[in-house]
This record gives sequence, structure tokens and C-alpha cells, in this order.
Amino acid sequence: MHSPLAYLKAGDYLILVSGCLLTVFLALTLWQGGAADKAIIRSGGKIFREVPLSRDQLIAVPGPLGISRISIHNRQARIAADPSPRQYCVRQGWLKQAGEIAVCLPNQVSIELSGGNKRYDSLNY
Amino acid sequence: MAEDHHIARMAALALGLSVLEAAIPSPLPGVKPGLANIVTLIVLARYGWRTAVWVSLLRVLAGGLLFGNFLAPGFFLSLGGALCSLAMLAASQHLPQRWFGPVTHSILAAFAHIAGQLLLVYFWLIPHTGLLYLVPVFAVAALLFGTVNGLIAAHFLSEPDTDLAKAYILKTH
Repeated sequence: MHSPLAYLKAGDYLILVSGCLLTVFLALTLWQGGAADKAIIRSGGKIFREVPLSRDQLIAVPGPLGISRISIHNRQARIAADPSPRQYCVRQGWLKQAGEIAVCLPNQVSIELSGGNKRYDSLNY
Repeated sequence: MAEDHHIARMAALALGLSVLEAAIPSPLPGVKPGLANIVTLIVLARYGWRTAVWVSLLRVLAGGLLFGNFLAPGFFLSLGGALCSLAMLAASQHLPQRWFGPVTHSILAAFAHIAGQLLLVYFWLIPHTGLLYLVPVFAVAALLFGTVNGLIAAHFLSEPDTDLAKAYILKTH
């Protein structure tokens, strides 16, 4: 049984190091995330309001079950209260980065953070 | 004829490794060691690219039948990954052997494999840019498992015994 290093040739080290660099590069570019600058609030599928994250505020959004309360604080946004039975969107907590989204399905309210460079105009399934 | 038997035996060995690693739990669908590729690498080094293509594609086909996902998305992901790896190996086999060994081929093929699969997933199954967040995870897995599989293949290739199946059985007993 040889040491594993005995099987590596000079070119193998080159490829190994290149692979590490590529991986680090991918992580740095793909994980930095866009800084979010505004929140898009939807109710019943239609845009209810678009608000900048720069100003702290509380917004009440009406839905079929009642009022969802959205809180904007310290450049973050969350659903602070919602009448939905399982409270998934509330438990999701603070949204920080562009592209993050919290959806309260029963009350048809959603909040999405959007950054300066949105990569697509629309998605359909 | 003898060559056909040989290809079948190698493919069966690769298939056995696929089944073996199916038992290993994975944190993320698609992140798995790809032990069957050790066989592909050894076949590539000993018998050339064409034989490696046969062994690899037979393994994917038989794996699809065995795992019951033949012509289901999982099968096409396997096939897409295998085809990309083989395309990469077709190019990398021409690198000078003096400096580049099985580890090089293994790492390059692992990256090609995951790149092909991610493109297939993006353009066919999940056209969402959120997929990009997973790319570094898959890249780390490709690097790690590519290196380990390459080292294992290099180890077997340094054995004087040319009968891979026999060598494998001797190792495990």
C-alpha cells in the first residue's frame, strides 16, 4: 500500500489546485447574494405595494382571512403577524437577501425582496 | 467476443458499485461518491475510450432498469452526467500521460458530470436561478469525490493483476 500522494503526478496537482480555485470562485460569486433594496408586497397575486428597505415601517396588508402585518426593520423584512393557521411565513423570520420570499398562502399575501439586478423578468411553470 | 464478455463484466462490476453506494445516505440529491466511475477510469486507462463508453453507458442503462427509474428524470440525469463525463474524458485522455494520471481524468470528469446534470436540471426540470446557490456544494462534492475516485483508480492501476474483477474480489476478502 503506497501513500495516496505517490499516485499524484505534477499535472494532477495542477488540476487539483485549479479545481479548488474554481470551487472557491464559484462559492464567492454565487453565494455573495445581491443586496436587497426593496420589498415587493403582493396580495391576491397583485402587487399591493413596493416599499424601500431603507425606512423602518409596519405595513398592514388585507387578505381573505384578515390582515397580515409586515415589518421592515434594519434593511430586513418579515411577516410579523398573519391569520394563516400554520404560520409558516411568520416562522420564516427575517428576509435579508434579494430573491428571498415569504408566502402566506391561506391569506394570499407574499413578500419578496428584490435587488438592483434582477436576473429574470418573469417565471412561469 | 472475448471483448464483449469483458465489457459486460466491467459494466456488471460498475453496476454493483452503483447499487452499493445507493445504500449510502446523501445530504442532497445528486451528491454521491460515484464509485462506479472508478471502473470507467480503469477501463479508460487499460482498454481505451471506446470501451469506457460501452461500460459507462451499459452501467447507466442497466442501472435504470435495476433502480426502476428507466426513462424517468433520474435516468436522464445519470445519462446526461455520463455523456458529459465521457466527452470530457475523450479530450483529457490526450493529455500527456507523463504528467497527468487517473486523478486528473477523474476530477475533470466529475466536474463535467455535475455541470451536465445541473444544466439539464436547469433547462428541463427546475428553471429557477435559486439552483445557482447549490452549484458550489456540487463543485465541492465533484472535487472531493473526483480526487478520491481517481486515487482509488490509480491504486488499482498500479497493481500488476490485469483482471479487475479478480483484483476487486481479492481486495474485499
